[in-house]
Amino acid sequence: MNPLLLWFHKLGSPPYFYRFAGRWLPWLYAIALVTGAIGFYGGLALAPADYQQGDSFRIMYVHVPCAWMSLFAYLFMAANGFVALVWRIKLSEILAMASAPIGAAFTFVTLVTGSLWGKPTWGTWWTWDARLTSELVLLFLYFGVIGLYHAIEDRRQAARAAAFLALVGIVNLPIVHYSVIWWNTLHQGSTVSFLGPSKISADMLWPLLTVAFATHVYFFASLFARARVALLELESGKDWVRGLLPATEAAHG
Amino acid sequence: MKPGTASAACIALLRRDLLLVWRRRGDALNPLLFAIIVVALFPFALGPETTVLARIAAGTIFVAVLLAMLLSLDALFRSDLEDGSLEQLVLSPHPLSLLLGCKILVHWSTTALPLIVVAPLLAQLLQLPAQVLPVLLAALALATPLLSLIGAVCVALTVGMRRSGMLLTLLVLPLIVPALIFGAGACNAAQDGFAYAAPLLWLGAWLAMAAILAPLAAAAALRISLT
Amino acid sequence: MADFFAMHGYAAYVWPAYAVFAIALIADAVAPVFAHRRILRDLAGRLRRAASRKSP
Repeated sequence: MNPLLLWFHKLGSPPYFYRFAGRWLPWLYAIALVTGAIGFYGGLALAPADYQQGDSFRIMYVHVPCAWMSLFAYLFMAANGFVALVWRIKLSEILAMASAPIGAAFTFVTLVTGSLWGKPTWGTWWTWDARLTSELVLLFLYFGVIGLYHAIEDRRQAARAAAFLALVGIVNLPIVHYSVIWWNTLHQGSTVSFLGPSKISADMLWPLLTVAFATHVYFFASLFARARVALLELESGKDWVRGLLPATEAAHG
Repeated sequence: MKPGTASAACIALLRRDLLLVWRRRGDALNPLLFAIIVVALFPFALGPETTVLARIAAGTIFVAVLLAMLLSLDALFRSDLEDGSLEQLVLSPHPLSLLLGCKILVHWSTTALPLIVVAPLLAQLLQLPAQVLPVLLAALALATPLLSLIGAVCVALTVGMRRSGMLLTLLVLPLIVPALIFGAGACNAAQDGFAYAAPLLWLGAWLAMAAILAPLAAAAALRISLT
Repeated sequence: MADFFAMHGYAAYVWPAYAVFAIALIADAVAPVFAHRRILRDLAGRLRRAASRKSP
């Protein structure tokens, strides 16, 4: 078998993944921390102030990466949910459910920072801007997935039901997005676009991309940490989990 | 019609479900009363000025109808789960999605249809301009089946739970936001003298997609919940 | 330096945004650590109880 494919199959086995994730975890956190610090330094100190928005545009360096992550986490969750439902891979169920709270956290940060950015730019804490509204709906979708996952007793059945909900959500998400855009143009005319592709200059862009990289790495770090916990919980009766405990206690059992 | 075919099974199921609703027709009226009461509360809160009420009428009616349907959604599979006939449906040789489609049809025609029938009354209570009423009825006719269809998928996911009411609301409402936006938006556009065909066509397109996909999704969800 | 922290009058918006980001991510990072410890402790306790039932 192709070595990469073999490794992929091995990764699906809970004890292997547990060790693999445990080995990578500190490195991922370290990479995320270092690149995030570089990106924030570039964004807060090096990048020139925006000629229209002054220094308030620096909120972009948390807001935009978080907004990207909120979508990325949802896509990741839905993709893993699909794999979990079609091939019934236990690890995919766990990865899908582990990404839900991380995505919800990023969505929440997106909304709060968007609101903090909106106050000096638009003059209000909240405006029914198309993108903010879509993010709000996305947060509710995340809450639905998390709520469903915790409402069902059997962990594997809960993961499959919640993964299915995530898939339903992803079919619906484009409709939500376009309906919100239509609704928004009906009511207030299109709002200011912050990120016109030509408007942003290179010395403003590289910190943004660096922070975006850092948040992606952070996502996988947090995902691995949560997946390890979920694996332990799910497999608590198995031998490999007992092997993790001090040998004296395991020997009697 | 030969017994044992899928169409015979569908007709039997439709007849049985309609009969069950008919035997408890008092319960079936609850969503109707709920919607009327919700709509009647708005003038108390906002004052009786005609202009204010006319401005919010379409949106209020839409929200009231969607909430009333949501309340009845919870019971979509409950009695079938309790008496075991839901398992029989899952085990039957006929396509489960088709049978669930029949159940969704019964749900829509017993809860949404009466609500659409009383919509002109609600519109009168809130002083909705007369020329908007046809648009409101068309929008409701397109949006309520969507709620039945998408709601059925979510109900199928929560079917085994004892207290699923709040959770069901949390699952359904974000998914149904576009129905509210397009439906109430079409009415508002008509009220302001704008073109209202586009949102209605959007609703129609979405409904066509949901009518195909939602019964399949509900069947898959039910199989997940019942294993 | 003070100029940097003042953000030309936007400090009240910029720093809370970064604070929310940091707090949310730290909370998200710390939660699995505690859950991990709790599970291992619970598991060890369960095994100990099982062992003491068998070999009194």
